Amino acid sequence: MTETCRGLASGLRLDPGLVREAREDARAIVDEVLAYVREHTTTSMERAALRLAGVEEVDAEGTPLVNLVVDRLGDRLGHGASYWLFNAVAVTGREPEEVARAVAEGELDLGRLPAADPARVRQLGTGAARLAMEAIDARRRERDVMVERLGQSPSPWLYVIVATGNIYEDVVQARSAARMGADVIAVIRSTGQSLLDYVPHGATTEGYAGTYATQENFRIMRRALDEVSEELGRYVRQVNYASGLCMPEIAAMGALERLDMMLNDAMYGILFRDINPRRTLIDQYLSRRISARAGHIINTGEDNYLTTDDAFTAAHTVIASQFINEEFALRAGLAREQLGLGHAFQMDPDLPDGLLHEIAQAALVRALFPGCPIKFMPPTKYKTGNIFRAHLQDGLFNLVGVLTGQGIQLLGMPTEAIHTPFVSDRYLALENARYVMNNARHLGEEFLLRPDGRIARRAREVLERAVAMLRQIRDIGLWQALEEGMFAAVRRDRDGGKGLEGVVAREPDYYNPFLDELEGGRCGA
Amino acid sequence: MHEADPVVRPYGDRRDDGAVQVSFTLPVRAGELASEAARALMRKMGLASPQVVFSRDLGEGLTFFVGYGRCTHQVDLATLEVPRLQGEVMDFGAVNRFVRERLGRKVVVVGACTGTDAHTLGLDAILSMKGFAGDYGLERYPEFRVVNLGSQVPNETLVARAVEEGADAILVSQVVTMRDVHLANLTRLAELLEAEGVRERVVLIAGGPRISHELAVELGFDAGFGPGTTPSQVASFIVKELDRRRVTGFRDGR
Repeated sequence: MTETCRGLASGLRLDPGLVREAREDARAIVDEVLAYVREHTTTSMERAALRLAGVEEVDAEGTPLVNLVVDRLGDRLGHGASYWLFNAVAVTGREPEEVARAVAEGELDLGRLPAADPARVRQLGTGAARLAMEAIDARRRERDVMVERLGQSPSPWLYVIVATGNIYEDVVQARSAARMGADVIAVIRSTGQSLLDYVPHGATTEGYAGTYATQENFRIMRRALDEVSEELGRYVRQVNYASGLCMPEIAAMGALERLDMMLNDAMYGILFRDINPRRTLIDQYLSRRISARAGHIINTGEDNYLTTDDAFTAAHTVIASQFINEEFALRAGLAREQLGLGHAFQMDPDLPDGLLHEIAQAALVRALFPGCPIKFMPPTKYKTGNIFRAHLQDGLFNLVGVLTGQGIQLLGMPTEAIHTPFVSDRYLALENARYVMNNARHLGEEFLLRPDGRIARRAREVLERAVAMLRQIRDIGLWQALEEGMFAAVRRDRDGGKGLEGVVAREPDYYNPFLDELEGGRCGA
Repeated sequence: MHEADPVVRPYGDRRDDGAVQVSFTLPVRAGELASEAARALMRKMGLASPQVVFSRDLGEGLTFFVGYGRCTHQVDLATLEVPRLQGEVMDFGAVNRFVRERLGRKVVVVGACTGTDAHTLGLDAILSMKGFAGDYGLERYPEFRVVNLGSQVPNETLVARAVEEGADAILVSQVVTMRDVHLANLTRLAELLEAEGVRERVVLIAGGPRISHELAVELGFDAGFGPGTTPSQVASFIVKELDRRRVTGFRDGR
């Protein structure tokens, strides 16, 4: 902690013993969940494996072949879809995609084929998995080379969202935003995609409040952002959502198409999309393994707790969840510089000294998670339609971001609570952020917080409450904590929600060469 | 001095100066032609002496403008009809007293964000304990029982739950309005309730940033609440409407 506790945050005087205790409790909490993860797989995890094997197409009705193959395997899935696929490859001599198409057309039944020599099946599986890793590694190197050559903005990076529903219109708005200073472009997904148990296919031009995440849409946006990056001489990052019921599949697509960040948080899906906790925590493990390899920065969603719960009284729940999310991420092989742990500027504007409390929270997060590019979310809850006050709220938010050294600043919009942003709203937001951050770039290096002042005392109090909460969760386990509504004031049953039917126990001979390669013999789970 | 004059125009810094501020983007590359286009458009909006005070190239052949002009139109207040919710708004204490004294039983409210809508902010502002703008949410009202179904609830599920819970009122929040998806969704709910024969047994309310009372009534709802609505406004409407139906036999008289 010492290295990043220079400057502002060093005055917080956090108790290192408490921080250690928080991490020990988080480890115990995560151990229990990962013991469960290790013994199960899911339909989406198996579909992700098939995608990594090169199965990308759909049938005549537009149903992804990976869905058809996994559905037809039924209760054979516990052995791993990869076993059945590569057994068929060994027996028929066809490529994985051809095998999948034959299954889709009813010409091939993977369960009725003779068993090939197990060594041959493993050889084929390992070969395919290594090819997939090489493809992911190549995309990662491509990013490294571009960043090296073109350079990138100092943090906080300016992150904006486009959401027209039409990928070609998104491209126009994304390029416009990049030219006005955006460092990161997220294409928000169509409302409801998180609950689809398949990934839509092809370029799409219709969506509700967002654009479908498809592999082709990823490619179209990547191409546009690469062009504008070259033109601007600055690498512009692309974001999408490895969340919902297809979490690991979208992580795989993002790895293959060189996305740079993935929103990825099982807790978010559980609490705000009512996705089954078991299903999504299993899915999250594989998706994080993929993102670790791909060099994605993941973004977690603790900021959302403050939309249903109060930013002042529930501040500690964000910190507690971040410790848990950090542990989940590290155990899936992610490096600290890949952890965009989320929080938000959501205090009630009428709260006296609200700005001081926001600084306390932002400095606390910064101090507790050194090396992580913290994702800072803007005020939304107390935006009223008064666009003039909203612009000022965003100005204070931007000031706190640059003052406390946040990594990724998702810009607030003056028209929040009115409509999806106009292209001019994005310009106003970017200008606001550039103005504030340019003018206050090194302000945080000029001050030390008073250790006995309001900000430092508040930060220490929030940490103490977070540690107490973690201790309580450790005693009852994460499943129980969710059932008791300890996060975001929302209760979720471990056997409730959407997608539990997609959870399958792994057989003793479970085979997944992609997971094996990603784990590289170091099974964090 | 002008209080009796029912004809009004925008007020900048003098009565009747008609001053209006606008901002918009045109798909034209920044330059003289773009600014002229902006002024021409403002004239067509009814703004005399249009001025472009700021313009900025947004890239992609788009230009953003801030402009001022004098509005040539006026509004005669005497000719206007305002669709408005009846009745005074009661506060937390008064609503609960009203329920105890006039209805004599707990009021059951079922709420949801329906269809694909995942934005529960508005619904939670009205229903959750904390409420909105210092006004307690309906869950805090001792005389209310609230069932908050959360986000992305199919209309069918909402209707089934409302029947099961014996709902007095149904609250639907719609935030996503892209391509008017909310209109179709709200209409469908009203139709479903009719089809189930329970429409008249419930007070049906819609809310959201783009919802007005007028629009909601047009879609077959009893009331609509827009941005800035506080829980006590909704609570007042519900209990008064229930009382009105009790008195007129609206609910039980069929």
